[in-house]
Amino acid sequence: MTAKTFRRKIDIANGRVDLSHGAGGRAMAQLIDEIFVAAFDNEWLRRGNDQAAFEVGSGRLVMTTDSYVVSPLFFPGGDIGSLAVHGTINDVAMAGAQPLYLSAGFILEEGLALAELKRIADSMGAAARAAGVPIVTGDTKVVERGKADGVFISTTGIGRVPVGLDLSADKARPGDRVILSGSIGDHGIAILSKRRHLAFETEIVSDSAALHGLVAAMIEAGGDGLRVMRDPTRGGLAATLNELAQQSRIGFRLDEMAIPVKPAVAAACELLGLDPLYAANEGKLIAVVASAAADAVLAAMRRHPLGREAAIIGEAVADDRCFVHVTTGFGGGRIVDWLSGEQFPRIC
Amino acid sequence: MRDSGSYRDGRLAQQLAGRIARDADPAATYRFMEFCGGHTHAIARYGIEELLPENLRLIHGPGCPVCVLPVGRIDGAIRLAAHPAVTLCIYGDLMRVPGAQGRSLLRAKAAGADIRLVYSSLDAVRIAEVEPTRAIVFFAIGFETTTPPTALAVRLAARQGLRNFTVFCNHVVTPPAIRAILDGPDQVRLDGFIGPAHVSTVIGTEPYEVFAGDFGKPVVIAGFEPLDVMQAVLMLVRQVNEGRHVVENQYRRAVKPAGNDRAKAEIAEIFELRESFEWRGLGVLPASGLRLRAAYADFDAERRFAIEDSPAKDNPACECGAILRGVKQPADCRLFGTLCTPETPIGSCMVSAEGACAAHWTYGRSRARRAS
Repeated sequence: MTAKTFRRKIDIANGRVDLSHGAGGRAMAQLIDEIFVAAFDNEWLRRGNDQAAFEVGSGRLVMTTDSYVVSPLFFPGGDIGSLAVHGTINDVAMAGAQPLYLSAGFILEEGLALAELKRIADSMGAAARAAGVPIVTGDTKVVERGKADGVFISTTGIGRVPVGLDLSADKARPGDRVILSGSIGDHGIAILSKRRHLAFETEIVSDSAALHGLVAAMIEAGGDGLRVMRDPTRGGLAATLNELAQQSRIGFRLDEMAIPVKPAVAAACELLGLDPLYAANEGKLIAVVASAAADAVLAAMRRHPLGREAAIIGEAVADDRCFVHVTTGFGGGRIVDWLSGEQFPRIC
Repeated sequence: MRDSGSYRDGRLAQQLAGRIARDADPAATYRFMEFCGGHTHAIARYGIEELLPENLRLIHGPGCPVCVLPVGRIDGAIRLAAHPAVTLCIYGDLMRVPGAQGRSLLRAKAAGADIRLVYSSLDAVRIAEVEPTRAIVFFAIGFETTTPPTALAVRLAARQGLRNFTVFCNHVVTPPAIRAILDGPDQVRLDGFIGPAHVSTVIGTEPYEVFAGDFGKPVVIAGFEPLDVMQAVLMLVRQVNEGRHVVENQYRRAVKPAGNDRAKAEIAEIFELRESFEWRGLGVLPASGLRLRAAYADFDAERRFAIEDSPAKDNPACECGAILRGVKQPADCRLFGTLCTPETPIGSCMVSAEGACAAHWTYGRSRARRAS
């Protein structure tokens, strides 16, 4: 692609996506070159093929795919681009894998400002570089105005699992500890606060972040004491723990007081009638860890910048009904069910 | 997650629990109804029943606006939303309320109806301003708490001369529902009421005097925080033990005896009582629902669009009616947790977070059934 030359540079400041940008002609090639390749720049993209070829070592690979339709496209703490990179890296990392490569597909709505697209692409490129995980192949389509909402992004991620490690959601056992890496609800409430123009004195910022570094530190400390990891995105902590309970055929008992929630998030939830347990996160993980390894894993997490507030929030228990039970700060108890309904549409 | 508010202090809860346990006569049983869905939610959310003695039972009342909305009104709204010119603005809770034959506003929206979620009646007015070619209908629902905001929306629309804004009014009033439970054929044994919180901030304490006087039932108006509920329970236990039956106000920080004059005047300006209104579970109750006064007929969706009440029936196996009257508990219903879940609600009590079935499903299933 670098070999191509275009008479005039694309007008990023004033231009908009039009149907020619998806038509396969010169306009599309230029858009890809001057926005995406420029932002993601790496040796695989520079070769300009429809696919990326790379060496794989021995061992197990993991692969994951994800789509991003968040509204608004830009929010405190991130945007759809950095979110797509972080979210996909995290899905790879939750298998204990080292993320290697990403792909990115873009569905652009006719009329999208090129300046916004560039901002998103630059943010993706920066997130990928910071994480050390290149975006090596991609695709661009344009749909007519009204058939999408600005931009939708689909990503795929590939990673390699360290030898001997096999994390899986069916491996939690009674007595295992549940560790949460930090405060919950930041992403969901950050998005919601922008959408509803809620003015809080403290701005609530999304926690969007790539967690593979934290995961590597946890694996080093916990080894095969780690049973399962998952990032509690849509549906929040409640949905994730219910999934794990079902897949491992166990229950969980949690201590509500041990679950970190930022005061601003708690206050916003109170105002909106929401429960932070159901609010989405994009830079947090839950680990179920054998009790013997729990303290070492927790200590390693707290030494990492993304795990400073990590806490043991409960334990797995034998329960054939697979209930997630929480002891409330008030002294009573209740179960924490799946989220039902549509509290938070299009948060990621 | 630390609740900073002193109304959720776990140590104070333990102290109150100790006092309730000490005062409750072990030889007696206590059956109190919390009228409001807000109380039902707090009781489930904070696990309050676990802090109460075995011989004290809380019975969930009909104070959940979504739960008492009859099938026919949902069907009316679905027909209205099918009109190509109409944009129906609703509160989120209404989306999944089942109409007849599994219909719901959620399905109507998927089928192409223009149905939008709003968080305030004023959002609907704003949509009417910016989309003058659409007929904006606000689905108004709720007890005395949400009626003043609807009144305000109508007044605002009138002042701005908005011709494309109307209200589908489903507002109901609280006292007739309490009377229906006490007067009804079920003869549910109730030893007292935890009285409404937010409703009482509007109507005050006076409307409940008749239940303490004529019906001899203790009433304690209580806030929606968990310690409010605990304290109200203690006050009710003491009234029962002492043979008293008066209206007491635990929620003094918000409720005045006369209520809120301005809000009451706002309601009276815009709304009048209907002769009767149908409640799911309680049937047709006289003077229990509101409609817009003739002076505001232009803003009344029922007059503008000729919405007819269809006499639709609930699913015959659904026990929502008996649950709303306090006769049955959610787990008594054979649909509960089988065909009827929050994802696939058959009855309205499974829809709102304030509904008895939804609260029991979401928070309460792990508890063993308590002796009645």
